[in-house]
Amino acid sequence: MEPTEPTTTAAGFWSDTGRSGIASWIFSTDHKRIGLLYFYSVFGFFLVAVALGLLLRIELMAPGRTIMGPQAYNALFTVHGVVMVFLFIIPGFQGSFGNLVMPIQIGARDVAFPRLNLLSWWLYMAGAAIILTSLFTGGGPPDTGWTFYLPFSGRTGTNVSLAVFGVFVVGFSSIVTGVNFITTIHRLRAEGMTWGRLPLFVWSLYATAWVQILATPILGITLVLIIAERLLGTGLFEPGQGGDPLMYQHLFWIYSHPAVYIMILPAMGVISEIIPVFARKPIFGYRMIAFSSIAIAAAGSLVWGHHMFTSGMSDMAILVFSFLTFIVAIPSAIKVFNWISTLYRGSISLEAPMLFSLSFIFLFSIGGLTGLVQGAAATDIHVHDTQFVVGHFHYVIFGGSGFAFFAAMHYWLPKFYGRRYAEKPAIIAWALMFTGFNILYFSMIVLGLEGMPRRYYDYLPEFAPLNLVSTIGSWILATGLMILLVNLFMGLRSGARAGSNPWGGATLEWSIPTPPPTENFADEPVVTHGPYDFRGTGVP
Amino acid sequence: MSRPQHRDHAGAKLGMWLFLLTELFLFGGMFLLYGAYLVRYPREFAAAGREMQLWFGTVNTVILITSSLMAAMAVTAIQRGGRRLAVWLLGGAVICGAVFLINKYLEWSHEFSRGIYPGSSRLAAAPPGESVFYSLYYVTAGLHGLHVLIGSVLLAVVAVWAWRGTIHAGDFAWLENSALYWHLVDLVWIFIFPLYYLIL
Repeated sequence: MEPTEPTTTAAGFWSDTGRSGIASWIFSTDHKRIGLLYFYSVFGFFLVAVALGLLLRIELMAPGRTIMGPQAYNALFTVHGVVMVFLFIIPGFQGSFGNLVMPIQIGARDVAFPRLNLLSWWLYMAGAAIILTSLFTGGGPPDTGWTFYLPFSGRTGTNVSLAVFGVFVVGFSSIVTGVNFITTIHRLRAEGMTWGRLPLFVWSLYATAWVQILATPILGITLVLIIAERLLGTGLFEPGQGGDPLMYQHLFWIYSHPAVYIMILPAMGVISEIIPVFARKPIFGYRMIAFSSIAIAAAGSLVWGHHMFTSGMSDMAILVFSFLTFIVAIPSAIKVFNWISTLYRGSISLEAPMLFSLSFIFLFSIGGLTGLVQGAAATDIHVHDTQFVVGHFHYVIFGGSGFAFFAAMHYWLPKFYGRRYAEKPAIIAWALMFTGFNILYFSMIVLGLEGMPRRYYDYLPEFAPLNLVSTIGSWILATGLMILLVNLFMGLRSGARAGSNPWGGATLEWSIPTPPPTENFADEPVVTHGPYDFRGTGVP
Repeated sequence: MSRPQHRDHAGAKLGMWLFLLTELFLFGGMFLLYGAYLVRYPREFAAAGREMQLWFGTVNTVILITSSLMAAMAVTAIQRGGRRLAVWLLGGAVICGAVFLINKYLEWSHEFSRGIYPGSSRLAAAPPGESVFYSLYYVTAGLHGLHVLIGSVLLAVVAVWAWRGTIHAGDFAWLENSALYWHLVDLVWIFIFPLYYLIL
């Protein structure tokens, strides 16, 4: 590819519309518009769930009742979990950045099924609307935790059926996206875009899409069974009628553990894109990173039982699931080591996307290592269902996926808006978030080791100091988040013009004008080099 | 916007196969439960299985296989330009789907009249494994029935399109994919039938 000069004149896909106003967005089949629709929807729900999380932390700031009663607390942590998991982080990457960037990165004009792509967003919004309706109708918001464990979810008077149906619809949207992405990556790669030249973000989306279509149906059937249990009294998981609650947990986690990889794999893909660009070096071990995405998806589908070490499984099953869980650490570590090796002797420029990526490695490593503590049955029995688990998965999902999401926002959004954010506030925001994050969640890890249970409304006085520290951490984190948002908003509205290739990337999206035109490429691109071959891309 | 109309038949088929895979996994969850509970309650399952109405199941199996054949023939017909024949065959498949559902309704009414349904007093008095068996049956067959309904509607729509000429020898991806979906519905029943009516 020839080095491209910054192009700033074209208004790109923003102005080229067949319809006008809101209809040009919600009925558009352009992958970039759908990507932005997804971005704003998932990010809106993220902010809602953040607000709920802050309320939870205020309640836990001091022992006893602080701002709400126990029932409200139960409902709040359930809704926080449901919204964060099913409405933000699972659809987040695929829906927003996957849609925005993936077709361009493989040199396609759009995804394979543009109308299905739009349908996927509509289904997502419909499911979200149903979930929100469930909060204000019937018996009030569900209080089961986001796992909807039977038999309790079959008996509680809250509005579980409707919420579960909403999640089912969102799951359908996830399947549609998965089918669409796999087909797109198989069928629509440009000439010369071999599997060995696929950007690693695309590889990670590909692995994620397989997890989506293989695991989500199991969640679907599990949710159907909850509804059947509540409406028909099937008793399939009710011990009194011969059912076994453990079977519910098996079915639920057969989906929901792989779902963790739907959340983290694309995040790893983002990191694999950003680190080589900001270290100005080809990525170390391209093949191994691509392979490890597939390996994580495969091995990660076999480890669901580690959620049930204390549920009464056989010792043999515990042993096997413990062993399989440790195997997932291998491909994950391959990625981390390869990122570090890429940084080694790189010409590193510490701009916002890079800072978020580096903190991803740090936070994800803590999350991964605390994961091993729970993967080993003996230590898990000590920390099971304590705040340790809460700290662990927030390190992985928020510190990992969340920070990668912020990195992706700083890295790719200028491409689609044509304008840049201001660098200094972005770095201040990052520093506050990183500090606040560790204060918030490391306290939880320690609290868990000391024995404070998770999901509890109240706690013993000896846990009070660390809970206070944790709550203060949540405010620092929220402050950083506010700065990040304001900075991005102002920058993308009226910041400096971003050239076609502000970071000096070598993947295809940087070779087209900023913002991209509706059909992405004026002519079908012919790919002649790998995605991390920076020679000739022109340093900004 | 003048996007060139491009048809990717192989892509459309790949997408459909991937979607069918997810459907298989959906029912796979039910079969998984069946396996797990069969191991726990072999005697109760056998006792309950003998109570099932074999005739209803057999008739439905024949109906569904026949309709699957018609759907497959409709695809071949359209490929050879026999649009009228394809419409007739699709109509036949849709009618079979409707008959299947009517037959299912009769079977379930019969079972209900005998007091066999989730939460009934008869099942509450029976050993716990039998209640599990029937609950599994009703959920699996109900879900399958829903798929029969969806598949019939799909085939009916495709028949109308073939009638109007939207679907023709040059572009029959919708017809082929709908037929594939119908084969899946058939396939799932081919598993449900022996598991609940025959082998126990």
